[in-house]
Amino acid sequence: MKYPRPQSPNMQNYRPQLTSAMSFGHRLSGVALSLLAFGLAAWLVAGAAGPVAFDYAQAAMHSIAGRMILVLASWAVFYHLCNGIRHLIWDSVHAFELRNIYAGGWAVVVTSLVLTCALWAWVLI
Amino acid sequence: MTEPRITPYSAARGLGAAGHAASHWWVQRVSAIALVPLILWLGWALAGGSATDHEALTLWLEAPINLILMILLLIAAFHHAALGLQAIAEDYIHSRARFAVIACIQLACVAGGATGIVATLLIALKA
Repeated sequence: MKYPRPQSPNMQNYRPQLTSAMSFGHRLSGVALSLLAFGLAAWLVAGAAGPVAFDYAQAAMHSIAGRMILVLASWAVFYHLCNGIRHLIWDSVHAFELRNIYAGGWAVVVTSLVLTCALWAWVLI
Repeated sequence: MTEPRITPYSAARGLGAAGHAASHWWVQRVSAIALVPLILWLGWALAGGSATDHEALTLWLEAPINLILMILLLIAAFHHAALGLQAIAEDYIHSRARFAVIACIQLACVAGGATGIVATLLIALKA
């Protein structure tokens, strides 16, 4: 009984807009954070292996590529955190009018960028 | 965890067991709520220099409160990751590979979480 059926998500049917871009961003940052969780586990394994292995892990994180990954990862954390709270508010059946969905969306974008900048200002200064 | 339930409708449609979707949705939200304070704690600790070298890392995780929070974070993060990645696989993979991919996601997340917890305990208890 297999016949062609429309399969979600039908991304190509939609004009790009803040809401769909943020929804995709939530999934993209979620995948990135899943990888970061494995990175955290690997970092802890290096710590358990001893000072020499941990120094290697710390050196990798302090390299140019390591720092760039950490900056992007911190943005992914803050974005997924803020947008996750936005989703939880929706789940409680609040702020689910189009106007509030856009207001909350921009608030998440701005807040996540401000928090990322604030974090690195705190770390580096 | 409730037993898989085949409703007449899902059996007729050939879609298999029903009854897990609500549990998946709920646990995803509960783990998300748990991760809000836990990720803020980790970010605060790491940005504040709690683990800049091996000695600092050991001192940090030796404290029972930090040991407990790190283990809770690993459980919540890998559980949440498994649920989220599974939802993505369900949405974007339409071939039979979907089930293999979901099984790999679940196995990898359990392995990652278990490895992280054991490593944390070794750091905390070995010193």
